[in-house]
Amino acid sequence: MEKFTGKVWVLGDDIDTDIIIPTEYLALKTIEDMKQYGFSPLRPKLAGLIEKGDIIVAGKNFGCGSSREQAPEVIKALGIRCIIAKSFARIFFRNSINNGLLLMEQPDLFDHVREGEEITVMVNSHVSYNGRNYPLASLPENLVEIINAGGLVKAMRVRNGLAG
Amino acid sequence: MGMTIAEKIIALAAGVPEAKAGDIHTVNLDRMMSNDGTTHLTVDMYHNRLKDPRIAEPKKMVFIVDHNVPSDSPKTAAAQKKMRDFAKEHGIDFWEGKGVCHQIMMEHYVCPGELIFGADSHTCTYGALGAFGTGVGCTDLLYGMVTGASWVLVPETIKFNLTGKLREGVYPRDLMLTIIGNISASGASYQVMEFCGDGAKTLTVDDRMVLCNLAVEAGAKTAIFEADEIALNWLKERGRKPKAVFKSDEDAVYVKEYTFDLSKIEPVAARPDFVDDVVPAKKVCGVRIDQAFLGSCNNGRIGDLRVGASIVKGRKISDHVRFLVVPASRQVYLQALKEGLIDIFMESGAIVMNPNCSVCWGSCQGVIGENEVLISTGTRNFKGRAGHPSSKVYLGSAATVAASAVKGEICTADMLQD
Repeated sequence: MEKFTGKVWVLGDDIDTDIIIPTEYLALKTIEDMKQYGFSPLRPKLAGLIEKGDIIVAGKNFGCGSSREQAPEVIKALGIRCIIAKSFARIFFRNSINNGLLLMEQPDLFDHVREGEEITVMVNSHVSYNGRNYPLASLPENLVEIINAGGLVKAMRVRNGLAG
Repeated sequence: MGMTIAEKIIALAAGVPEAKAGDIHTVNLDRMMSNDGTTHLTVDMYHNRLKDPRIAEPKKMVFIVDHNVPSDSPKTAAAQKKMRDFAKEHGIDFWEGKGVCHQIMMEHYVCPGELIFGADSHTCTYGALGAFGTGVGCTDLLYGMVTGASWVLVPETIKFNLTGKLREGVYPRDLMLTIIGNISASGASYQVMEFCGDGAKTLTVDDRMVLCNLAVEAGAKTAIFEADEIALNWLKERGRKPKAVFKSDEDAVYVKEYTFDLSKIEPVAARPDFVDDVVPAKKVCGVRIDQAFLGSCNNGRIGDLRVGASIVKGRKISDHVRFLVVPASRQVYLQALKEGLIDIFMESGAIVMNPNCSVCWGSCQGVIGENEVLISTGTRNFKGRAGHPSSKVYLGSAATVAASAVKGEICTADMLQD
């Protein structure tokens, strides 16, 4: 079972796609160009502070709003290992899985965890923080297949022999 | 066990006798729509990441340039050229500058019973005609384009029983914002909002589009009305035929039920920065505005322009306000011209623009600056949605927006003095 530890950034409820990556930066050529503006309407400095392997913990309805796939791509490019939220908006959820970004729902962690501290994630089992275990549901198999392949396009290589 | 409309559409698309909430099915998609928000990314993936790619059925695809039209920079021009060239090369229907994507889809394509993916969150609009439309990202769109199919988790359905009739001066937009305020921005997460009841019969197809379009702002996968006589007549007038006409069974399973009495709905506004922060419009009256916007896939149809024009007729837009009027499609624009509505807007001092998404998505034309305030008939009021992160967006009906444009501060139409 996959296990990793990371430093936590805490965001609130209803973190929308326009906060994750504002419209005005979508015209930039690459995700690498865009990523410095991630979360800028809410926390302009955050993108510069996130380090590879960090974890976002958030409240309910993370990723609500637009279908822009740049949202999960920017988060992934910033080096975020996974997002643990009370709940996710459905288009964002699908887009994240399709881009190989790991998402997990956990109802209680958000109310207890403090920004800057470390948590340990045992995928499909639980999160450990401050001496307490917070249970995680198992991800459906078809989604694990996509995430492990690194996203839907790469998974198509396996299924349909289309990817080069 | 009985099925809901949404379950019946998915079962038909999956070629199975029954679909129930929680099942995962592989479905054949009837149509796929993609706009200039992300099509260039889909095209890049198609060329760069697939070996010997092909399009399953080009006739199922529709590409629409509406988000940045006309283009505002060499970057958007290049993205649109990529999309235009790809559509031409592959025989894909291509629309440019003729309207907001969902309005074009409703005017020319959507049929009851269809399962449609759109690379845009407001694809749920198509439920107004009894179709299952849902928003996806560009990777899902690519997968659908290449295989003709995709997978769906069958969503639970929430029943919204509508009773009564909206009063004079109250609009479907007030109703839907009230519903979202009531159930919250995640109140229908992953679920279908099914609208039914006698109150639904008082709503035109345009009215139903307003309700279905905003369903994603409550987190819904889609929203749907039964394709009744009103919907089928609308379809017939446009020379189209349904794929299938479904009703929910009497013993269909709903996860929750709500009842809304339309006669009790009041004009409302959603305050910045959340679509579910909904209050009676009177409560935000007096807030000084810099810009007003009448348009979008939610509220830029002929009925909305008629309402707006009836309010600004013979009046002048406030000196300190830019009032943008953006018909949702060329059809809407032409009809407004015929009815003299464009004259009325122009004489009042409004800026009438070509059909496009405009400031509703915070790019191209009409973007607002630092600390500016916009009242809008657009779809969202997220932080920075319409421009600078410090700017504020209030959402209201066409009537409230037009009245506010005249007064220079938020006000309802009944408060305007001559």
